Amino acid sequence: MSTRFRKYFDELRETRVWRSMFRGGAGASTLRKSMAIQQNVFLHLLSTKVRKRMLEFNATWYLGTLTLGTFAILVITGILLMLYYHPSVPQAYADTKDLQFVVSSGQFLRNLHRWAAHAMVFLVFAHMFRVFYRGAYRPPREFNWVIGVVLLLVTLLLSYTGYLLPWDQLAFWAITVGSNIASAVPLMGDKVRFLMLGGHFVNANALLRFYVLHCMILPLAAFFLIAIHFWRIRKDGGLYAHQSEPDVVMTTAPARPSL
Amino acid sequence: MGLGSMAIAAAGTAVFGYQFLSPNVLYEPSPVVNMGRPESYQLDSVTLDVDARIFIVHGTEGFFALNAVCTHLGCLTVWKPDLGIIACPCHGSKFDVFQAGKTPGEKIEGPAPRPLPWLRMWLSEDGELMVDRATEIRPMQFVRV
Repeated sequence: MSTRFRKYFDELRETRVWRSMFRGGAGASTLRKSMAIQQNVFLHLLSTKVRKRMLEFNATWYLGTLTLGTFAILVITGILLMLYYHPSVPQAYADTKDLQFVVSSGQFLRNLHRWAAHAMVFLVFAHMFRVFYRGAYRPPREFNWVIGVVLLLVTLLLSYTGYLLPWDQLAFWAITVGSNIASAVPLMGDKVRFLMLGGHFVNANALLRFYVLHCMILPLAAFFLIAIHFWRIRKDGGLYAHQSEPDVVMTTAPARPSL
Repeated sequence: MGLGSMAIAAAGTAVFGYQFLSPNVLYEPSPVVNMGRPESYQLDSVTLDVDARIFIVHGTEGFFALNAVCTHLGCLTVWKPDLGIIACPCHGSKFDVFQAGKTPGEKIEGPAPRPLPWLRMWLSEDGELMVDRATEIRPMQFVRV
């Protein structure tokens, strides 16, 4: 069955239509396999070759990939929630209630969005702890660590801006307290708070600004930073393997062949 | 020349961005509120107006208005009649109102960095209590009716 399927697939890959889209043709050679990665706009961010053991669970615990997975869930459920949510003071809370009690699968989508958000924050921290304690942040990967820290900030800002959108008491007071923390910045604190909220109180302008940040600006920032984050893995020599960098990890030990 | 024009363009963009992001017109409630007839407030009473976010206090020395927004992180404080204090539900700051020897609004305990501010209050021509929530005044300036 699988050989017949493979045969059909190989035939498909030789057709003119397929070849017009994907330049690399069929074949199991290393070159063909490399080209399939290299010539794809999405996959070319990744390394063309990865050590097999680096794909095992123990190597990374898949924490980065799982974080990407939660981000994908958040984008998809978020777009669906946007179809029923109006970022306006009279409607925001009612729409949130509608999503829970009126819209088909609305409660499921909203809960999925919320739980995935919590999971993403947890996974980002877990990923960072893992990278930190394994020493994977060290040269030549130090800049990718910096991008990771910025991605942590973007993740937290996404959580913070999303918190206001249900427009309930919890949201209102959390953002009131949070924006007052921003006003503690020396000299320009009150101005920062004013620009953040678009006014002196958490009100219609603040709701709209947080909505635009949450649904547009921050996800786009996250998207581009994630792309750079993945591309840097390739540029910095692939996924970090403990024994593969004897000169960095064990400066006094004799050089040993990388595995 | 190239760097100079880039710097000018960047500065222009920063100014434009700042001005664009600062709203010129705000559809926020007026800072001046009419709090009604003085007779409607009993002697030795503290009345919280949740919408205006102020306390109207009627003491033996006269009337005054306190900002009810906690100076810590902006939560709305409440009057606790059984304890005789104003307390913040968020992080536990407590403020004095009637205790002798202390200025009303002064902090008793908690993380609040400043006392609750006194707000400008006056009597309108019709004899009603008016409060300007945007103007803080020095404490102990009572309105006597």
